[in-house]
Amino acid sequence: MPAERGPRRSRLTRAGRWVVLVGFAVALAFPFLWMLVTSFKRTSDLYNTANDPFLFNEPPTLAHLKLLFGETLFLRWLANTTAVGILVVVLTLALAVPAAYALTRLTGRWGPRLGIGIFLTYLIPPTLLFIPLSRLVARLGLQDSLWSIILVYPSFTVPFSIWLLMGFFKSIPRELEEAGMVDGLTRFQAFLRLVVPISVSGILTVVIFTFTLVTQEFVYALTFISSEAHQTVGVGVPIYLVRGDVYYWGSLMAACLITSVPIAILYNVFLDRFIAGFTVGAVK
Amino acid sequence: MAVVETRKLTKVYAKAELGAVNEVDLLVREGEFLVFLGPSGSGKTTLLRMIAGLEEPTRGEVRIGGRDVTRLAPRDRGIAMVFQSYALYPHLTVRKNILFPLQAQKVPRARHAEKVEWASSLLGIGHLLERRPRELSGGERQRVALARAIVREPQVFLLDEPLSNLDAKLRASAREELSRFHKRVGTTTIYVTHDQIEAMAMGDRVVVLAQGVVRQIGTPREVYDQPADTFVATFLGSPPMNLMEAGEVIAGFRPEHLLPASLATGPAVPLRLRVATVEYLGAERIVYGVLLGGRFDGQKVVSRIPATVPAAYAADETHDFVVPEDRLEFFERASGKRTGRREFAWR
Repeated sequence: MPAERGPRRSRLTRAGRWVVLVGFAVALAFPFLWMLVTSFKRTSDLYNTANDPFLFNEPPTLAHLKLLFGETLFLRWLANTTAVGILVVVLTLALAVPAAYALTRLTGRWGPRLGIGIFLTYLIPPTLLFIPLSRLVARLGLQDSLWSIILVYPSFTVPFSIWLLMGFFKSIPRELEEAGMVDGLTRFQAFLRLVVPISVSGILTVVIFTFTLVTQEFVYALTFISSEAHQTVGVGVPIYLVRGDVYYWGSLMAACLITSVPIAILYNVFLDRFIAGFTVGAVK
Repeated sequence: MAVVETRKLTKVYAKAELGAVNEVDLLVREGEFLVFLGPSGSGKTTLLRMIAGLEEPTRGEVRIGGRDVTRLAPRDRGIAMVFQSYALYPHLTVRKNILFPLQAQKVPRARHAEKVEWASSLLGIGHLLERRPRELSGGERQRVALARAIVREPQVFLLDEPLSNLDAKLRASAREELSRFHKRVGTTTIYVTHDQIEAMAMGDRVVVLAQGVVRQIGTPREVYDQPADTFVATFLGSPPMNLMEAGEVIAGFRPEHLLPASLATGPAVPLRLRVATVEYLGAERIVYGVLLGGRFDGQKVVSRIPATVPAAYAADETHDFVVPEDRLEFFERASGKRTGRREFAWR
């Protein structure tokens, strides 16, 4: 249905809207611009406080990118992060989707309470958990292995995802699955062929949310992994591009830019579904 | 097509509570259109869901086509169901909705197109096949739900209040359409409703339920004209039957049989009545009154007078009415059950 047009606003109101819109757009785009400019700026240009910080006062340079790609294992870190991200997403979905379904549909009155209980575990900060978890990682012999974080990350992605998906599954009428079961499906098939496709917004939200959490996680990755080749972006970049009190600003900014742009694009592609995922059940 | 039978079918949700459905024995005949009628909470939907296999009975048996299906999953019972909300699959087109049971039941792919064609033309929804459920009106959704139910030619149709989401006007035509549809396909059908007009209009037989117990099974004419007890007598008919108690007997008569004295033919019970209010409904008038004199002085009664009777009624007027004797029903006061003709002290 086409949205109804409101009454015509005065010029001032419309101008006001544009000011707000443009203001926010500029504020939000600014970090990206700053990262872009800094990535190609000579260090001497950057550090000269007499120069205009927004412009190239000296010719741009590729030195920072050369440093990033040539002298650090940045590409390796990117690959590590992506691999860990994908595996954690898969693990999270494999655990959270069936768990959330079971908690909403099959456990009666205790399901929702248990769901809240599980969500509460998400609120325990990693700064407390990393000590016992490091014992666990050591016991399993996973120190300095990406498998340590692949195993540990679901401990905070799964509870949140269960809670998110429970909201989704609750909004799907029970009659749909019953119709499917009368039509010839088992409960599991009804879940796979009806509940999962209908909740695709929620599942996408879980995917993006989990992936983002993985890329920005710091404490566990720092604690469990020591060698350069096994770092993720979130840890490798600050460790190897901040040496003592020397900040390699150009390379740091380039690393940030390269990592954040794909995620920003992913967010925007699924923006509508993402919002639907977080607001499900809010309005019926 | 098949016979559906329930034996002592019972559902108890919480211990020490009265069951939602209690020891229901039913035999649905082949090709019959049977209606479960009852107020909300009467157990009619629970009963249907147990026949469908969506609810597990506490005790008792369900048999379809002579086979004990009590422990079978819904998909193995050869049934199709239309839900109150229609439960169309929102992410699939109408065509895929109708195809769904065929795929789920592993009907050979080669027969799919022909079956969908048959079901959709039977319900006149051929032009809607590429739409999604949210783009359909209520009536169209109902037809898609029926097409999805009929497409794999089930032994039994179960319908759970399928018309309650339609507006009043559409409901009347959908009722007629559903009846016609049943005559054409001839599948044994169980239909749940709380609407007595639907039950009377469509049912070959009506099962009247209250508090999980079957009160009466009979043709629409039987349940209306010879109600088995006072519950059936007052639940069916609008306004409900007038009941008067004297000693151990309750006498009852329908509002349409409380007539102006001038229309009396044959032996009749005279009653004098002061009019309280009159509802003018076009085709008829509903006269609410209070009896005057005699044993039932002050008792409230309702009369239904068709527009073809010219007499005029206004509040506070007094009129003479009669009830033909052959239109009186008698019930035992203690049990509420219907009895034969009894001596009744009107005076």
